[in-house]
Amino acid sequence: MATFKEFRNSVKPNWCPGCGDFSVQASIQRAAANVGLEPDDLAVISGIGCSGRISGYIKSYGFHGIHGRVLPIAQGVKMANRDLTVIASGGDGDGFAIGMGHTVHAIRRNIDVTYIVMDNQIYGLTKGQTSPRSAEGFKTKSTPEGSVESAIGIMELALTAGATFVAQSFSSDLKELTAIIQKGIEHKGFSLINVFSPCVTYNKVNTYDWFKEHLISLDTIEGYDSSNRMQAMQTLMEHDGLVKGIIYQNTQKPSYQELAHGYSQDALAHADLKMDEQKFNELLAEFM
Amino acid sequence: MIDQLSWKVGGQQGEGIDSTGEIFAMALNRLGYYLYSYRHFSSRIKGGHTNNKIRVSTKQTRSISDDLDILVAFDQETIDVNIHEMRDGGVVIGDAKFNPVVPEGSKVRLFSVPFTEIANELGTSLMKNMVAIGATSAVLDLPAEAYTEVVEEIFLRKGAKVVEKNMEAIRRGAVYFMEAAGGPLAGFQLNKADGQKRMFMIGNDAIALGFVAGGVRFMSAYPITPASEIMEYLIKKLPQFGGTVIQTEDEIAAATMAIGANYAGVRTVTSSAGPGLSLMMESIGLAGMTETPLVIVDTQRGGPSTGLPTKQEQSDLMAMIYGTHGEIPKVVMAPSTAEEAFYDAVEALNIAEEYQCPVILLTDLQLSLGKQSVEPLDFGKVEIRRGALDLNAELPEVEGGYFKRYEVTESGVSPRVIPGMKNGIHHVTGVEHDETGKPSEVAANRLKQMDKRLRKLKNLTFNTPVVKYTPNEEADLLLVGFNSTRGVIEEIIPRLEAEGLKVNHAHLRLIHPFPLKEMKELVDSAKKVAVIENNATGQLANILKMNLGSHEKIESILKYDGNPFLPSEVFNKCKELV
Repeated sequence: MATFKEFRNSVKPNWCPGCGDFSVQASIQRAAANVGLEPDDLAVISGIGCSGRISGYIKSYGFHGIHGRVLPIAQGVKMANRDLTVIASGGDGDGFAIGMGHTVHAIRRNIDVTYIVMDNQIYGLTKGQTSPRSAEGFKTKSTPEGSVESAIGIMELALTAGATFVAQSFSSDLKELTAIIQKGIEHKGFSLINVFSPCVTYNKVNTYDWFKEHLISLDTIEGYDSSNRMQAMQTLMEHDGLVKGIIYQNTQKPSYQELAHGYSQDALAHADLKMDEQKFNELLAEFM
Repeated sequence: MIDQLSWKVGGQQGEGIDSTGEIFAMALNRLGYYLYSYRHFSSRIKGGHTNNKIRVSTKQTRSISDDLDILVAFDQETIDVNIHEMRDGGVVIGDAKFNPVVPEGSKVRLFSVPFTEIANELGTSLMKNMVAIGATSAVLDLPAEAYTEVVEEIFLRKGAKVVEKNMEAIRRGAVYFMEAAGGPLAGFQLNKADGQKRMFMIGNDAIALGFVAGGVRFMSAYPITPASEIMEYLIKKLPQFGGTVIQTEDEIAAATMAIGANYAGVRTVTSSAGPGLSLMMESIGLAGMTETPLVIVDTQRGGPSTGLPTKQEQSDLMAMIYGTHGEIPKVVMAPSTAEEAFYDAVEALNIAEEYQCPVILLTDLQLSLGKQSVEPLDFGKVEIRRGALDLNAELPEVEGGYFKRYEVTESGVSPRVIPGMKNGIHHVTGVEHDETGKPSEVAANRLKQMDKRLRKLKNLTFNTPVVKYTPNEEADLLLVGFNSTRGVIEEIIPRLEAEGLKVNHAHLRLIHPFPLKEMKELVDSAKKVAVIENNATGQLANILKMNLGSHEKIESILKYDGNPFLPSEVFNKCKELV
């Protein structure tokens, strides 16, 4: 069985020292080992942005796509080979701005993909513009007088879109994050894990200290029941989305693969492509 | 006795006009006639004039005709809109319900037949189209029995009584017409057909069938006219092979999901039309850069923007050849008949895997939606070639643990592995990368990888890149086209030859990479070249000029009003040119 070290490669990340993404990378590697994966069985699909480089830093099959399209690529991979574990990963701009259309539909489609978002509330790679997760009033290069747009409440949105696994974590909490990713991988269906991953270079507001001060662990809320969607929504709204832990999980709903009519139990990637002549003739006869 | 005739049925959209044409055509198809139809319809569900024009012939024909022999009208608008197409002595049969009239001085013969009234007498006005079919058959002197099989197939699930009622409606329509006309009309009886059983299908059916036979097991697509039938066929059929289709949230998702699935080893396609292809452009670049096989069907329709969504046009050509930023290897194929569409769909899958690049299978609305008789398809010609992918390969452990997925080779094609394979781990990225897929901006590496990618298609082998008719070593006129204009060109060649002209014909089945050798010979040996295409700027003519020069002899014959060429239009323009 592979250890987390076997999910490491020799590539040195081009992230800034202190970037939250390092811990997210380590958590993915640990979670993959913990659930008993081999590097060959894992495909990490990533978007564009600082965090999008992550597929190149993990020893596994990796696909670094185009901006905002990490989820359709990841879903395509999973549909092609249901035996693979597919992790999709990217930033908040990638997933909640340019890629938001796909995020909402991936959530409601419920294909078994674990989507890990490194949420830093800013565009880092393009050097400091506002993101859909930036708070109102947040000053950036593109919002010098402060953003006048509302931040997306992504966890709330996921709940209304029909998500079956919604979780949030903080890159500093390596242990908790690893456990959540592990649960996300094991969840049968689409899992959305939003990770607050501070940008030490361009976001001077939402810092490590800021998150430590503002984030509330769901463990500390007495009687919190992650299978209760109503309570999940209410708790998110009460705390302006600043909670961490598994917010909601629906273990009853089958994944898309289970529901798709006729979809093979065996990986399509290994299907025999040759049609027999009798079947071919039957298909032709339908047009006569 | 005649060898071909042209028939049209028209009325309000949503009134069963399509099924009237369909039943008429299916019955004739079973008798062994060749059929070719073109539907005029609008971008709405109900209402608005619609018609279905069907050519019936004892020989293969792939063009609509100049004039119309028989018009079946369910409303006066149908007569008003289509009367100009009628030949002198043609027959208009209108429902007595609307008191059909033809313009004064018109040389057609008008028959008013109570379609609706007879249908009502039989129990439901829904059967008015069967009465109309009966009246039509009386003109052709076809027995009602010709319809038995088709009517049974359609209505048997509703019970034998419904079948009998519909057959009765056909007989009553025929009897009424015979009495009104005093017997079958002279000059409308077709020579007997060869009785061969042929398929009757639209181009999109042929493509979809090609995909299923060619090993497609997954499709991601977004609905659009005139491409949706491909997706709908695969939705019906793929589950029989363990596969499935996802209707995505947009065309960007359709293309990128297909890239993900192809990367993971499944033959996956998507299909769309102009607006969808515009959205897919960045994804096409990703497939090119990551060397991921990807087959996209572009069923061209009227552009730009939403344009003429239900009308014929061929204006995506340049966008398909050059679309996406940067430079990638890409293949653009253009079948011109349903048979070619089938074989090319299979071949597109093979080329995409062999050369690890995007392949555009280009059609146009007339080919995609025009229903036509199709010669038997040859199962023996369906082959699956996956190029440098060996799913059962036992890969050796590699130093550094990364497989050289982008190994620089002489052909440019690198060994391909898919996720899940042991010792095949590599990285894939749209960023410029080294042999293992690791991002790299090193200039020397950039050149190596860029050259490698672009080198791949230098060795492209393509069976019949140009469909040729070349009886003349030196031609007065070379006719050039792509996609559905083949039919109209083939139709006018005998007419031009009858005028004493030496005519050659080249129909491009491979558009890109441009078949330079074949086209150069043909253009060089012609005095004049007429490029016939459904767009306003002469895109194919420009491609020819760009590749071959010869500007002085290349002329364009263009039509971009949304309708297919009529043979006489092309014929007259050709005569003007020489």
